[in-house]
Amino acid sequence: MTTTALAPRPATIGGRVADPTMEMRGVDVYYGDYQAVRDIDLPIARHEITAFIGPSGCGKSTLLRAFNRMNDLIPGARVTGEVLYRGVDIYAPEVDPIEVRRRVGMVFQKPNPFPKSIYDNIAYGPRVLGTSKKDLDDIVEQSLTRAALWDEVKGKLDSSGMALSGGQQQRLCIARCIAVNPDVILMDEPCASLDPIATAKIEDLMRELAAEYTIVIVTHNMQQATRVSDRTAFFTADVDDAGVRHGRLVEFAATPELFGSPKDPRTEGYISGRFG
Amino acid sequence: MSTVLTAPAEQVTEELRDAGQPLRDRGFRWLLFAALSVGIITLAVLLVFVFSKGMPRLTPTLWQNMPSIRFPDKAGAQSAIMGTIWVIVTTAVICLPVGVMAAIYLEEYADASKRFNRIVEINIQNLAAVPSIVYGILGLGVIARALMLGQTVITAALTLSLLVLPVVIISSREAIRAVPQSIRAGSLALGATQWQTVSRQVLPAAVPGIATGAILALSRAIGEAAPLLLLGAVTFITFNPDGLMSSYTVMPIQIYNWISQSREEFQILAAALCIILLAVLLLMNGFAIYLRNRFQRRW
Repeated sequence: MTTTALAPRPATIGGRVADPTMEMRGVDVYYGDYQAVRDIDLPIARHEITAFIGPSGCGKSTLLRAFNRMNDLIPGARVTGEVLYRGVDIYAPEVDPIEVRRRVGMVFQKPNPFPKSIYDNIAYGPRVLGTSKKDLDDIVEQSLTRAALWDEVKGKLDSSGMALSGGQQQRLCIARCIAVNPDVILMDEPCASLDPIATAKIEDLMRELAAEYTIVIVTHNMQQATRVSDRTAFFTADVDDAGVRHGRLVEFAATPELFGSPKDPRTEGYISGRFG
Repeated sequence: MSTVLTAPAEQVTEELRDAGQPLRDRGFRWLLFAALSVGIITLAVLLVFVFSKGMPRLTPTLWQNMPSIRFPDKAGAQSAIMGTIWVIVTTAVICLPVGVMAAIYLEEYADASKRFNRIVEINIQNLAAVPSIVYGILGLGVIARALMLGQTVITAALTLSLLVLPVVIISSREAIRAVPQSIRAGSLALGATQWQTVSRQVLPAAVPGIATGAILALSRAIGEAAPLLLLGAVTFITFNPDGLMSSYTVMPIQIYNWISQSREEFQILAAALCIILLAVLLLMNGFAIYLRNRFQRRW
């Protein structure tokens, strides 16, 4: 990929973060030769919710998957630059991606419960980590309680996780994620397939979880970003001279600041609905 | 589009009037049905023929007695039935683990963009189309002679395993591929290793599909006579196999033997044994359908 002229690097990266849990430095993500995301510098603050917003195709989800090396699973995907977790580059050759994913969990856009019982869905993570059998009951109850699902499912832990409603399935997936006690939780449009009531429940849950976990959420819903997040990163797709789109970070700031007084005209245009 | 929207009501009514199915459509429909009938009629004729001929001889002596070429009224096919069970069970034990593991490698581990893996893929498709007699020659030359396993149950089972292996691999791959990617992603995102993901999520979810394919593959093996003609099953056997190194015969071969006798009674005997073979095949197919329906998943 030859270097092509692009808009200058965003100068308006606000929201300085002291002691970030994760941090991207000069990150590019490629699919084969295609540079999907270009030159990202972004810190993720501890025990806060960071929201990624921006138009479709700007690389938000791609970037999110770079935080726990889920991009490794896509043939041809490649990440350059540094992605630091507590100061360690998770793409360093000596780092085991399995260990990264144990600390940086993920909740997907479409609820993806395993075709197993509710109990086994939650117990799966602890089991693969070698948790002893006698602790499993407690972990399952705690995880479901923290995911605000326990009261709804406590009588039917043996029934299939796939028989739950969409909103319940997504909370099951969140419970499954926290059952392995991760440090960071990545959420890729977790409410995209849910109705407003289920969405409200997930949003409440996210606020509660932020006390213990560092959360990064990709969302298309700007109201959601303002409701739940502490900081917001706005991305857009720049078109280079060759007509190829690259995802870029335009502005990063505390959420009230980004929505209240955006510094970049592109941010302002997007949040006021003028483009995107 | 716009003309329809602005057209007066009578014109729209006229345009929407059902003019009946055009002749060509109906003709094509009948042609398709005729094509289907060829298969169904063949099967019906076959069943009627075999049942009407073999039914009188479908008596307990058929599975209680050993073959005889002198007394058709006392002759049975116990050694062939037992031989078939020995050979098919051994075949299953050999080809299912190998086939499923090969399928797991191709689906979950192999990099599909690598040239080597693409060549392997194409060759598996090709292997599935190789005539079974060719496998018989391979079995005779390599397994019976070079490996000196002789004309035994294990030789037959190894040869039949090679014969149905491509089918097992292809059907297992399809079953594994049908497991949604989101299940794998969910497992890996929890910090599971690839092996844990495959063994605890992908395989259990793929079992119904794999089982269905496996049974259909074994159904093919159970009816095979051609490769075993070369592998010594054709000899006259009046005892049940007692181990993997035992001589043997199987049902299709026993049918072939009896058919080639000149006396009418043996023809009837052959038809009766055909009924048993057909019944076993239908049972296996029925079991495959049962498994598919019983464990079918909706994602």
